[in-house]
Amino acid sequence: MDLDFEVVDLPPADHVEAGDEAPDFTRPLVNDEFWEDVALSDLLADAPVLLVFTPMDGAFPSTYIWNELRDRGMDEYGVQVVGVSISTPYEHMTTIEERGIESFAGLFSDPQNGVAEKYGISHSLDGMAGVSEPRPSVFLVAPDGTVEYAWVADEWPAFPDYDAVEDAVIGL
Amino acid sequence: MSAREATPRPRHSDAHVTLYRLQACPFCERIVRKLEELDIDYHSRFVEPMHGDRNAVKRVVGARTVPAIIDDETGVAMAESGNIADYLDATYGGGD
Repeated sequence: MDLDFEVVDLPPADHVEAGDEAPDFTRPLVNDEFWEDVALSDLLADAPVLLVFTPMDGAFPSTYIWNELRDRGMDEYGVQVVGVSISTPYEHMTTIEERGIESFAGLFSDPQNGVAEKYGISHSLDGMAGVSEPRPSVFLVAPDGTVEYAWVADEWPAFPDYDAVEDAVIGL
Repeated sequence: MSAREATPRPRHSDAHVTLYRLQACPFCERIVRKLEELDIDYHSRFVEPMHGDRNAVKRVVGARTVPAIIDDETGVAMAESGNIADYLDATYGGGD
């Protein structure tokens, strides 16, 4: 069978890997009621963080990723599940409601994509001039700031290996 | 004044005043200006334009209006910019 479609290879990226220290950042963290500036290190003071970078809210990969993490109850293992995309807080509020992820710790809003740049996972979008966003990526960060598990897409579209993510979360 | 028992400081805040605000709301900006004028450290929480979606504010001050503040140093939680400005002046203005 010859499927006539194109999965795009992404160029190699010098990104944060397992064993590295997760770069700290502060951005508005959106929940189902409000948003406020929160640092990654603030969250780590409470519990490990599963940091999930997605394409902009509304893109189908984001929808699929949130549905899957929700259905697996990924927050029930004692990690704070946190998203990052370039979407605004207003869009994040809609996404939280539509995906039913109110029990997750929230979605960081990063319209200028600086967090993705810090993590080495910025991706310029073909056909959307001047817009870049994170490649789909997942980082499990221990309370001491160490990245325990990292997955970064090397093609587009691509999805995390959810079983591997779940194993990493359970193993932490 | 409708002051209530303040809830504890939000986990992510280093400031003793939490300001619930709406982006571009002139009444909220009035309170921001007052906080800056009195050199009071504050932490912003932004809520939705839709009044009905502001339950976080309602839980704190009993109404869904913004601005609203919580001051965990004095235990005060209150709404309405006029009241808030008077409260801040009286508490932190230092008198004339």
